[in-house]
Amino acid sequence: MTDTKIVVDCTTGETSVVTLTSEEIAQREADAIAFAAAEAERAAAEEALAALKASARAKLVAGTPLTEEEAATLVI
Amino acid sequence: MANMIPISTVTVGSGGSSIIQFTSIPQIYTDLVIKLSGRTDRVSTYDFVKLKFNGSATSYSERSLNGNGTAAASETNNATTYGFNYIVDAASATSNTFGNFEIYIPNYTSGNNKSYSTDAVNENNATTAFTAFTAGLWSNTSPINTISMESANSANFVQYSTATLYGIRKY
Repeated sequence: MTDTKIVVDCTTGETSVVTLTSEEIAQREADAIAFAAAEAERAAAEEALAALKASARAKLVAGTPLTEEEAATLVI
Repeated sequence: MANMIPISTVTVGSGGSSIIQFTSIPQIYTDLVIKLSGRTDRVSTYDFVKLKFNGSATSYSERSLNGNGTAAASETNNATTYGFNYIVDAASATSNTFGNFEIYIPNYTSGNNKSYSTDAVNENNATTAFTAFTAGLWSNTSPINTISMESANSANFVQYSTATLYGIRKY
């Protein structure tokens, strides 16, 4: 499929379908790579926080000391 | 009483499209609203749509509340090159369903930085489906005259994805 954009001129009401330039395609691809990396980072941070919380809960139930990091997930 | 007036509607044709762009937006309303019903060809159940005002790739910051069917989370994105977190369906979501979002942009003609808020949800007949509420700021004082939306994952909107731009008038 050719990469295109639909452009709507809101003053005239005219709609046109325009083929993306090579610069626009390259920018989209670069943005997508950066976005995927940021998403992976966010997901890893979320998983790490969930693991810390689970560990903190387990230690509280068992009555064993929490690490500073684990305590920080429970106390604001 | 405020009136919500449709300015333009676009529906993606059979070939799909990478970007939906509203240009030459009339500067005669107080606020703008975009409603988009969308699905992309990304190989996933969902996709994120990124938003750009006036073609700018700087100075967007956002805070979001997200849910995925089992957990809630919050996110902060500062100094990003576009606004995002507007979720739509993608190729692996339930067939023939579309995600949708609304973006509200108050005072789009003003000489101040532009705030916006969004409300987005993806449709999927499964345990996991996403929703997000986002408060955003574009730190730019130019009036908004162009808005573009495209997949953050470089995918394409599929046929029947539809976007409508509305103007809000206070009379």
